[in-house]
Amino acid sequence: MADQAVVMAPRARGRDWRAPLARRAEGIVIPIGASAVGLAFFGLILLAMGKSPVEFYQLVFKAGFGTAFSWQNTLSRATPLLFAGLCVALPARLGLVVIGGEGAICLGGTAAAALGVALGHAPSVIGLPLMAAAGALAGAVWIGAVGALRHWRGVNETISSLLMAYIGIALMNQLVEGPLRDPASLNKPSTAPLPPALRVGDIPGMDVHWGLIVALVACVLCWVLMERTTIGFAARIAGDNVRAAQVQGLPVGRLILGFTALGGAFAGIAGFFEVTAVQGAANASLAAGYGYTGILIAFLARQNPLAVIPVALLLAGFEASSGLVQRHMDLPDATILVLKAVVFVVILVSDTLYGRFRIFTPSRWSQP
Amino acid sequence: MIVGEEPLPQSGALEVATLGMTMRFGAFTALDDVSIRVPAGTFHALLGENGAGKSTLVKCMMGFYHASAGQMMVAGREVQVPDPRAAHAMGLGMVYQHFTLVPSLTAAENLVISRKDAPAVIDWRRERAGLEAFMARMPFRVPLDQKVAALAAGEKQKLEILKQLYLGRRFLILDEPTSVLTPDEADEVLGHVRALCAAGEITVLMITHKFREVTAFADDVSVLRRGRLVGQGRVVDLTHADMAAMMMGEARLPQPAARSGAPGAPVLRIEGARAHDRSGLKDIAIDALEVRAGEIVGIAGISGNGQMELMEMLTGQRPLTEGSVRVKGQPYRATRAEARRLNIRYLPEEPLKNACASRMSVAENIAFRSFDASGGRTRFWLAPGAMRQRAEELIAAFKVRTASIDAPISALSGGNVQRAVLARELTGTVDLLIISNPCFGLDFTAVSEIRARIMAARNAGAAVLLMSEDLDEILELADRVLVMSEGRITYEVAAANADVATIGHHMGGHA
Repeated sequence: MADQAVVMAPRARGRDWRAPLARRAEGIVIPIGASAVGLAFFGLILLAMGKSPVEFYQLVFKAGFGTAFSWQNTLSRATPLLFAGLCVALPARLGLVVIGGEGAICLGGTAAAALGVALGHAPSVIGLPLMAAAGALAGAVWIGAVGALRHWRGVNETISSLLMAYIGIALMNQLVEGPLRDPASLNKPSTAPLPPALRVGDIPGMDVHWGLIVALVACVLCWVLMERTTIGFAARIAGDNVRAAQVQGLPVGRLILGFTALGGAFAGIAGFFEVTAVQGAANASLAAGYGYTGILIAFLARQNPLAVIPVALLLAGFEASSGLVQRHMDLPDATILVLKAVVFVVILVSDTLYGRFRIFTPSRWSQP
Repeated sequence: MIVGEEPLPQSGALEVATLGMTMRFGAFTALDDVSIRVPAGTFHALLGENGAGKSTLVKCMMGFYHASAGQMMVAGREVQVPDPRAAHAMGLGMVYQHFTLVPSLTAAENLVISRKDAPAVIDWRRERAGLEAFMARMPFRVPLDQKVAALAAGEKQKLEILKQLYLGRRFLILDEPTSVLTPDEADEVLGHVRALCAAGEITVLMITHKFREVTAFADDVSVLRRGRLVGQGRVVDLTHADMAAMMMGEARLPQPAARSGAPGAPVLRIEGARAHDRSGLKDIAIDALEVRAGEIVGIAGISGNGQMELMEMLTGQRPLTEGSVRVKGQPYRATRAEARRLNIRYLPEEPLKNACASRMSVAENIAFRSFDASGGRTRFWLAPGAMRQRAEELIAAFKVRTASIDAPISALSGGNVQRAVLARELTGTVDLLIISNPCFGLDFTAVSEIRARIMAARNAGAAVLLMSEDLDEILELADRVLVMSEGRITYEVAAANADVATIGHHMGGHA
């Protein structure tokens, strides 16, 4: 052994550039392949209903990505999905499946709206950052509590986050219909409308609000945090093997608390933008299912914050096309939901495929 | 499946024998030409250290493994056992170390559903009558209507044995059946088993570590060591010392690794430490344990006697309920900052499971100790270039064989995973090294290399605490040997005066 200073198998050296490429490709090819299989399955469902899958996907493409107008529609729907995707993806890197972003979005929006009403005529530069902070704080507390319950009390984070989401939505409804209700909002109980100075405007030349830019920057920063900082590195160790992290003395509890709270903060900011840029007040429209779509986005993106961007845009396009599909093909309202569900199930199943393909597994290349 | 014409006898104890049973896993021979005959109605004990091949032998007998060579004989006839179902059909059954009952069902329900011919709709009145009649024939009973979860461990183990009898098994393999029982429960259960043997109802082959149980209950004993049958005889003719000598091998204290320097100042000191064990029912109690600089303290013991818990106490994974752990006189709570300041390193057992992140790369795994250190300060930005360069150097220095430093560490062989972990933990100043079963499952080259590195760390002045189930390893490396049994340190001896038989006695839980 001692004189065999062969460190790397010589054959592997020539493949140096191919091996990392293959390992990276696996995480891209499998989700894309699984999505394609999911879309095909959904096509079969459409056929069974007597509808044309070709027409369906053409319509989805046209309504989501076909024209400049449809792109604007898609982009304006993408903001909450990007944040909701981060809310699932960040805790998932620590091995936690948090599915309750919806509650954090609702509470974040409610907190931002309540503060906005209280601030009254404060200038934008002071008011908006304060409201964003309030939204982020509400979301961070909500999802951070899930992490704390997980680490210190051993409560399953998936179940607790789902239950917390119901509580969060109910709490929002209670506040919006009770103490925070604007008496003028008759049919749709809402908080008082925000003054114009505390509304977030559109990006110049587009029909898309500034939240999109913030969300894209947040995705990039999260990627930097995970891949380029020691905190992200520690979180990756803990997410992969919590025992190894403990033996290394890493502060596992603080990491769990920090990353769940950060994910919740992003969901809260999603609520902030929904209130300040879209609705103008907090109301039940905050519970539009963004938090649940975020689960699908994070899983499709393999918990990679950068991959959240294209996936969220794709799903925003699906949602943008929902109305057109309904009208043109006479399909029920839930069609896009069924499509998302089918893709999600196939994505979950595809998780068992990792490491099974020799082409993506350089360590097996030399074997017969 | 029975080769030959005459059917097997339909009732009463079965004689079972193996002839030249051999099992190879690749190049490794786990079982080498083992022939054991267990006459009908006898109680046979199978002794051996961990990894001696006891489990492999019984798995071959039960059809879980297909032996590479050798035969099985049941009631004097050669039989084939292609799978456990075939073994069951012949009346062979096994009781495992851990319970296989459904805790939320009653004893009666457990018995009935375990039957292969249990009907889809159960006529409970008829089944009850059948069970009562069955119980009336048995020398001991368990409450039939209680949920299994509410039964004591001894009752559960009795129910496991009753279940085998209920299923018509007439040759029972008991795999360390008393490891989860108190001594009194163990005596009661084994007493009943012994009575069933004497009555000619069953034949028993019991895997055990405990000499006392062998002497008290067994008729014959066979001893395995490293896959070979090294001793056999009637229990009445053998003393505990004879059995220990057979189990450990005689006069085979291995050549100690080159050792230099004498122990210095105490580094690790545990005082009055208490913690709950895995089950949460018993306590781990370390009254006093001291490891000095330049000394290897070996903790011997059969697995499951608290070594894993002690490791967890020292890594901060298991909180102390009382007492203290001090390193160089300072209280130690296993934080990253403390471990770094005091130069404490760990080699947990099964490194891929306990010390590595399997989906991260070799380079990243090697960086676990150092990724956030920059001189004396902690860093915020990762330095991937420096990380890779350091990994390249350490991989060369520790001869880790890997296709690339970017390969996931799970792609490496066991020996290379351990080399990578050693590279990480033994680089830089090491003042205290805490190790558990470092060579488990590794080949000989890796073993000798890893032991040499541990000895080198000791010679360089590190205090080393070595927990190992391999007594040879402890005798080779340690300056001082402690024995851990039932969560306590029960024996201490300087390695120079170590007597294998005495250590074996203490490992077996009595002296």
